[in-house]
Amino acid sequence: MNQMAPEDATRIVGRPIRHDSAEKHVAGSALYIDDLPEPAGLLHAYIAMSTHAHARVLAMDLSAVASAPGVVAVMAAADVPGVNDVGPAFMGDPIFADGLVEYHGQSLFAVAADSIAHAVLAARLARIEYAPLAPVLTIDAAMERQNFVLPSQTMRRGNSAAALDAAPRRLQGRRYLGGQEHFYLEGQVAMAVSGEDCDMHVFSSTQHPTEVQHLTARALAVPDHAVVCETRRMGGGFGGKESQASLVAVVAALLARRTGRPVKLRLDRDDDMAMTGKRHGFRLGYDVGFDDDGRILAIALELCGDCGMSPDLSGAINDRAMFHADNAYFFPHVTIVSHRCKTNTVSNTAFRGFGGPQGMFVIEEVVDAIARNIGLDPLLVRMRNFYGTSDRNVTPYHMTVEDNVIREIVAELVETSSYDRRRREIAAFNAASPWIKRGLALTPVKFGISFTLIHLNQAGALVHVYTDGSVRLNHGGTEMGQGLFVKVAQVVAEVFGLDLDRIKITATSTAQVPNTSPTAASSGSDLNGQAAAAGARMIRDRLLPVAAELLGAEPETITFAHGHVHGGGRSLSFVDVVRAAYVRRVQLSAAGYYATPKIHYDRASHSGRPFFYFAYGASVSEVEIDTLTGEYRLMRVDILHDAGRSLNPAIDIGQIEGGFVQGMGWLTTEELCWDERGRLRTHAPSTYKIPVAGDVPADFRVAIWAGGDNREDAIYRSKAVGEPPLMHGISVFQALKDAVCACGPGAPELDAPATPERVLLAVERLRGPP
Amino acid sequence: MREEIHLLLGHEPRVIAGVAPTTTVLEWLRTHEYACGTKEGCAEGDCGACTVALGEPDGVGGVRYRPVNACILLVPALDGRQLLTVEHMRAADGALHPVQRALVERHGSQCGFCTPGFVMSLFAQYHSRRGAARGEINEALAGNLCRCTGYRPIADAAADSCAAPLGDQFSATAADTAAHLTALPTTPLDIGHAEGRYLAPRTLAELGALYAAHSTATLVAGATDVGLWVTKERRAMPLVIGLDRVAGLSDIAVTDTALRIGAGALYEDALATLAANWPELGVMLRRLGSRQIRNRGTIGGNLGIASPIGDMAPALLALDATLTLRHGDTERELPLREFFLGYRRTALGLGEFIASIAVPRPAPGETLRVYKVSKRFEEDISAVCAAFWLRVEDRMVRDLRVAFGGMAATPLRVPGVEAALIGQSWTRETVARGMAAMDAALHPIGDMRASTRYRSTVARNLLLRLWLETGGQPARTRLLDNAA
Repeated sequence: MNQMAPEDATRIVGRPIRHDSAEKHVAGSALYIDDLPEPAGLLHAYIAMSTHAHARVLAMDLSAVASAPGVVAVMAAADVPGVNDVGPAFMGDPIFADGLVEYHGQSLFAVAADSIAHAVLAARLARIEYAPLAPVLTIDAAMERQNFVLPSQTMRRGNSAAALDAAPRRLQGRRYLGGQEHFYLEGQVAMAVSGEDCDMHVFSSTQHPTEVQHLTARALAVPDHAVVCETRRMGGGFGGKESQASLVAVVAALLARRTGRPVKLRLDRDDDMAMTGKRHGFRLGYDVGFDDDGRILAIALELCGDCGMSPDLSGAINDRAMFHADNAYFFPHVTIVSHRCKTNTVSNTAFRGFGGPQGMFVIEEVVDAIARNIGLDPLLVRMRNFYGTSDRNVTPYHMTVEDNVIREIVAELVETSSYDRRRREIAAFNAASPWIKRGLALTPVKFGISFTLIHLNQAGALVHVYTDGSVRLNHGGTEMGQGLFVKVAQVVAEVFGLDLDRIKITATSTAQVPNTSPTAASSGSDLNGQAAAAGARMIRDRLLPVAAELLGAEPETITFAHGHVHGGGRSLSFVDVVRAAYVRRVQLSAAGYYATPKIHYDRASHSGRPFFYFAYGASVSEVEIDTLTGEYRLMRVDILHDAGRSLNPAIDIGQIEGGFVQGMGWLTTEELCWDERGRLRTHAPSTYKIPVAGDVPADFRVAIWAGGDNREDAIYRSKAVGEPPLMHGISVFQALKDAVCACGPGAPELDAPATPERVLLAVERLRGPP
Repeated sequence: MREEIHLLLGHEPRVIAGVAPTTTVLEWLRTHEYACGTKEGCAEGDCGACTVALGEPDGVGGVRYRPVNACILLVPALDGRQLLTVEHMRAADGALHPVQRALVERHGSQCGFCTPGFVMSLFAQYHSRRGAARGEINEALAGNLCRCTGYRPIADAAADSCAAPLGDQFSATAADTAAHLTALPTTPLDIGHAEGRYLAPRTLAELGALYAAHSTATLVAGATDVGLWVTKERRAMPLVIGLDRVAGLSDIAVTDTALRIGAGALYEDALATLAANWPELGVMLRRLGSRQIRNRGTIGGNLGIASPIGDMAPALLALDATLTLRHGDTERELPLREFFLGYRRTALGLGEFIASIAVPRPAPGETLRVYKVSKRFEEDISAVCAAFWLRVEDRMVRDLRVAFGGMAATPLRVPGVEAALIGQSWTRETVARGMAAMDAALHPIGDMRASTRYRSTVARNLLLRLWLETGGQPARTRLLDNAA
């Protein structure tokens, strides 16, 4: 190995470089699946959905569908040549319902026709006979019936029962927390093109091309090698295209195989929202013992996650809720029980944070409740319970927190946000304002980085150097807007000392890098950046002897920078060295590989080191509420976030701001409503309200923590930044509750999302009607 | 009569023929023009990914650009207009448009799928010369959803670009474009197609005669509602009569005592006149739909579909507006309070349509309050919309009209509350009686927007807010603007 350039002297890494597709985005020339040129003979597919939440399907007469104008093929469960299931980790997600439907919107059959209109109109001609069964539609109902998709889990350290009994103060409570629709702007879409033999090329908007490949092969009953899944970019993912892209891709492939023609399947927004999974809603129970200073002595938590009708990824998601129920706080004695509830609603799935936000939400509720119980500023109670650095630093899963920086970040944010002054000003304002009340809250974030399913923490990359010195880069990560591709390209450019425009970013393809993990768990740049760096370094190491020979220098002294190779006081262009290497028959292509070190976990005892490191941050939100209507405005936000040594501050700021606003939406206006029949009533942007520009205050102060570093050997000492900022949205919820508390004495009762309705009812519970 | 739609696509003349008249502009762009820069995010006019700009002569030699949602815009709406999409934004030398460049420089895109829509909304904002204050930008972008960025970089890009001096390839050629548009054919459209026929009369007389003869036809003004019948329901419409080129149907006239708003007047066009007379109505209108929707939606259309949750109806009920209804060449007047008969049922006879709405102008001592309450502040359908028209003299309620949307199957007046307050002294005790009367008179439903309890509570509390603001206490009753 040659020596690296010192990490604090990087040239490309660490710069605020714009997204590689930014010009294409604004010009409308970035191609998404639905924009690809349509092959001749393309058919359009439509998936017909169940109109019952829970029923036996007694008969499906599809004859009128098949004979409708423009229809080329109709497929149902019996027509699947292979396995009729797209469950990612466990079976339970039928491609087409086979005698039983378990949610309103479940796939029944699919139609391929010469136009989408023909496919939709034909599907309406189906005659389906149902025998309705009683649906389980709420967490409470599932808990009552002990209706679970997976076994319950318990995480334990110390003896919480005894410590709770001995605690001088004790509080119990329960919160309901709603789920969240991803609302990626590009809905689920795939196009499948069959080839010779039994080959199938699937263009899919997916975060997990390998899984689409595998499930397509399994449904078609062909080897994995026959299927290629390709993904250039997604119009947003957020976890919603980790497992949920599979159904759409597999159905397109099934119809393409059946008809021998290319097939495109794009879900209409309403169908997408009805048919695909969302963030898990939770019922969260707590029993906490604490001292007069607000220090937690013992805690017992019950996390009941609404998994919907199947396991999907719910095992790992509910695990992560348990992993983050401590947030940044130390529990001397703790028991966390997790129930994975089965309801007759769409199967809930990955969503940015992956259960972590729900775990974090409940402990922030607990800490706030403690503070209000003893009459302290919640910030003080938060700080008193933070993990220590040398003691009080072991998590409920027995991992020692070695990189704790939450105190430094919060101390800095308290200063920069003028928290104390504003706290006083708000108290004065509220005393003088009978109808409009203000609230303020600071909440911390500590988020564990790594897939908690250990084997997923690996990645591959393929790096080609051509004889003109240009580089083609491919890796297993997918681009959904988060800027992964530019970050990994920066890493490769850094290794070769090239300008970024010499690196060609290419579509993710299972034919290029196999057996990839999903782009999820914030791991994209950690894993793929390392794999790409490994590949690039392999090639660079092969170039070293060539350069040494040409330059007459020792290999150890040679550096790559500014498109040149330097050594012995001389330099050559990168291209010249590459050409010389080619002539000397040196391989200029490499497959890089990376596996995260140090991590291990024993799920039976819920102990180990599931996380390579933690990412930290904190936010302060200030709100105004109207106590006559419950309406509110977010007035100011300050965020300080730890991105380690940021690979790309511009991209990372984008993740922090966007994550915060998405988290705020989850806890405020984004409300999923099902009716008594299990129909989702908020299935389009007209009824499901994500934040708009006006919901974001002009006074929005976001900074990457200047003290950021990574004590672990992550790629250029950066930290993952995809998910952690979402949980800064919790400060908005807590600020709303703070404002509610200004309306009267007592403990506020506010569930999430804190819609104007919930805020008003919480106000009136404390204050009474005006 | 004419079968073909004539437009400018960018600077290129285009003729659309043989396309079903209920084809959306988005579908036409993507499948007929192979122009895929414009995206479908929701197909219901709520997310803005499909935003395009429609240009029309501004009457003073230039071109006015309106951002509209292509996903629910039907192709006949392109007739006589210029259509600009994201693909037209680069200058001839390939340079990005100022709004595009600002978005790139400010890192205003992440996944990029919403970006073409933001480009077009900002393009229209740039041409509107409304400026780039954050409040203006929020209003311009209320109809564009972004799920990635959190909007800050987009707002910054807007601030950088929207107030810059006008100077792009469209401003440079505006006079030519306007002349070209003016020269496009104006004969009435009559598009025959296997999927349905589309007639676009040009005069009120033609419209009256057509609708009287074809009373089962679907009247379409801006298609902000009908567009969803196409995209979501795929409803067959054998005969459509398009209203948006009927001369005289969208006029706005101001007399000493009344505003006469043509039924076909766009919200965006009527807003200034309404707001100048009733500022509180202006505040509500700026939250009604989005600019894209207000650039196609008409006040007559909103009343005609008789939605129980339309925001304009309660305001106009409180103002005691009067409708002019027309059948053939016969007109009659009808107070709006007699117009709504039941859930989406109106007093319109067969073949009869709304010609105009007369809105009284304010007289001294009159107060109007319109309170729109929704889950999200901008671009949301109201849970409750309350409108109060009030005349107080000597702390006595001399006259009062109370109207609501979202509280019943139709927008409605609440005579019980009015009766409880008129002639009473305007005090907290009187308000309490009014609040009790509100409970007795209103029995709202609960749905995904709000529960029964919330609607009832808010309705009561809004009467209290009215009192606080018009005679009660000086304390603040409205949230501050967070754009300041």
